[in-house]
Amino acid sequence: MTAPPPAAGAHLDAHLDAHLVAARGTFTLEVDLRAKQGQVIALLGPNGSGKTTALHALAGLIPLRDGWIRVAGEPWAQGRRQRQASTRHTGLVVADHLLFPHLTALANVAFGPRARGRPRPVATTRARAELAALGIADLADRRPRELSHGQAQRVALARALATDPALLLLDEPLAALDPDTRAQVRAALHQRLAGFAGATVLVTHDPLDALTLADELVFLDGGRVVQQGRPAEAIARPRTPYVAQVVGLNLYAGHALDGSTVHTAWGAVVAAPHEHRGESWVAFAPSAVALYPARPEGSPRNTWEVVVAGVEVSGQRARVRLQPLGMPGVSLASEVTVASVVALGLEPGVRAWATVKAAEVAAYPA
Amino acid sequence: MRPDRPGLGAERRGRAVLAVPAALALGLIVVPILALLARIDWSQLPRHLSAPGVGAAMRLSALTTTITVVVAVVLGTPLAWLLARSRHPAARWVRAVVTVPLVLPPVVGGVALLMAYGRRGVVGGVLFEAFGWQVPFTTTAVVLAEIFVAMPFYVVAVEGALRGVDVRFDQVAATLGASPWRTLVRVALPMAWPGVAAGAALAWARALGEFGATITFAGNFSGTTQTAPLAVYTALESDPQAALALSVVMLGVCIVVLGALRGRWAR
Repeated sequence: MTAPPPAAGAHLDAHLDAHLVAARGTFTLEVDLRAKQGQVIALLGPNGSGKTTALHALAGLIPLRDGWIRVAGEPWAQGRRQRQASTRHTGLVVADHLLFPHLTALANVAFGPRARGRPRPVATTRARAELAALGIADLADRRPRELSHGQAQRVALARALATDPALLLLDEPLAALDPDTRAQVRAALHQRLAGFAGATVLVTHDPLDALTLADELVFLDGGRVVQQGRPAEAIARPRTPYVAQVVGLNLYAGHALDGSTVHTAWGAVVAAPHEHRGESWVAFAPSAVALYPARPEGSPRNTWEVVVAGVEVSGQRARVRLQPLGMPGVSLASEVTVASVVALGLEPGVRAWATVKAAEVAAYPA
Repeated sequence: MRPDRPGLGAERRGRAVLAVPAALALGLIVVPILALLARIDWSQLPRHLSAPGVGAAMRLSALTTTITVVVAVVLGTPLAWLLARSRHPAARWVRAVVTVPLVLPPVVGGVALLMAYGRRGVVGGVLFEAFGWQVPFTTTAVVLAEIFVAMPFYVVAVEGALRGVDVRFDQVAATLGASPWRTLVRVALPMAWPGVAAGAALAWARALGEFGATITFAGNFSGTTQTAPLAVYTALESDPQAALALSVVMLGVCIVVLGALRGRWAR
């Protein structure tokens, strides 16, 4: 009995197993992606980090320079042998829905099954069922221009799912929607993905999308994976400044010395007790940073004199950007109530004292 | 004292400076058309149109221009699609070649066609040797001449229209399993429909007016190669009123087609 030799590094039990090496101009992408059936992976990263390139490589819209894509045990790409986009089994949803403007919602959804050779009645029945599953059966006969953004995006999702794709590719699916609609479509998406058998790759730069929809977060920067893990892990322990910014934490690199202190570029930070020594990250939430007009009495050990660089108010809370005195290039975010902003007279240029309790500072190995 | 007065006057003078050449331009186009309508003897129109040769010429023009448009649509659409979507450097050259007949004097086109399909031509020689087929001075030659001059209009117009269809629609169609053919027929062409219709109408109008290449390559034989423009030219010497009658019919047909195009597909 001879079995085909597994490709180097291939994970045969994964529904999606991809090692993507692709190039666009001078930009190169090299990313590993793995997902089980029913799993949702979110790709996050700043603009130009390679999220959409990765998605297009999976869909077959750009060629792989090297690597492989294996979905449900089938090789979609392996070195030079790469299937056309139309013979892979993907569903693609992008921010601006891209519904075919000359077709009704129903015909848009039936397009995929028809293209895959289903007879018209079968395709139409499937399309109706798919629209009904997203609660928009009544929109079947509308043309895209007669739909709101939120409705159109649901039709686009129905269209992508009507071919039973092995891989669902969502490229910023909620980015073009207004906040209210976004919440509704996100809920519909969440519900529909729960019943989806294939794997989903979601490109987003909205952390809320990633946290509510994804089982695993993959952070990209410059075409490489910079952090990967379950959402709870990424939120609590960011490992790059970008991830920290996405999840809204203060993050600093340093050196753990004695189980309580981490030496960073701007001095010693006292952290909650930890085991590791050596290269380390320290992270703390902006809400853990308290501000005072003068050096507080019996002060906590993490106390810095700071200058306010900016204040952004959101509801009853305000996010204050701070710069510790004498340490250019270091910044610190604090979250306080709007009442504190008023009481302390916080505005750019004002000096204050910032403190963080050691118990609120997490230290973990880099 | 009204301070805005001088400014207003200057503006008016400025407009007048533009109005004179604009009116001249319009006149150069409109006067011949009006003259055509003014000089025709409307009461004799039916008689002139039923003169021998006139009906045959109109039928031949209708037949050959229809075939030309069908060929342009069937063969030119895939060419336009490939040009619109190709990123290959050769596409630029192909595009340049396609547009040559647009600027080439039609008589030169006729000579080129003779060199290609004539009895000793590059292709015509082979056809004559193998099958005894002779292309020049036949209705086939008329169609070939019309295709040569009209196809570029269709291809250029449709390529532009297809280019206007966001390539991401192709990508979505591909992920849904659509072949390039299905994407073209079911997605791109319907979305580019106004451009396709305009291209077909332009090609048809160019084929209808084709004169130089036809008379050079196909000759001027009543019933087989004498199309309406050739009949007008021929009649102008013997029976000017018949030439006028035929001209007015062609003018009318063109206006009807243009009007339909405007009303349906353009604002």
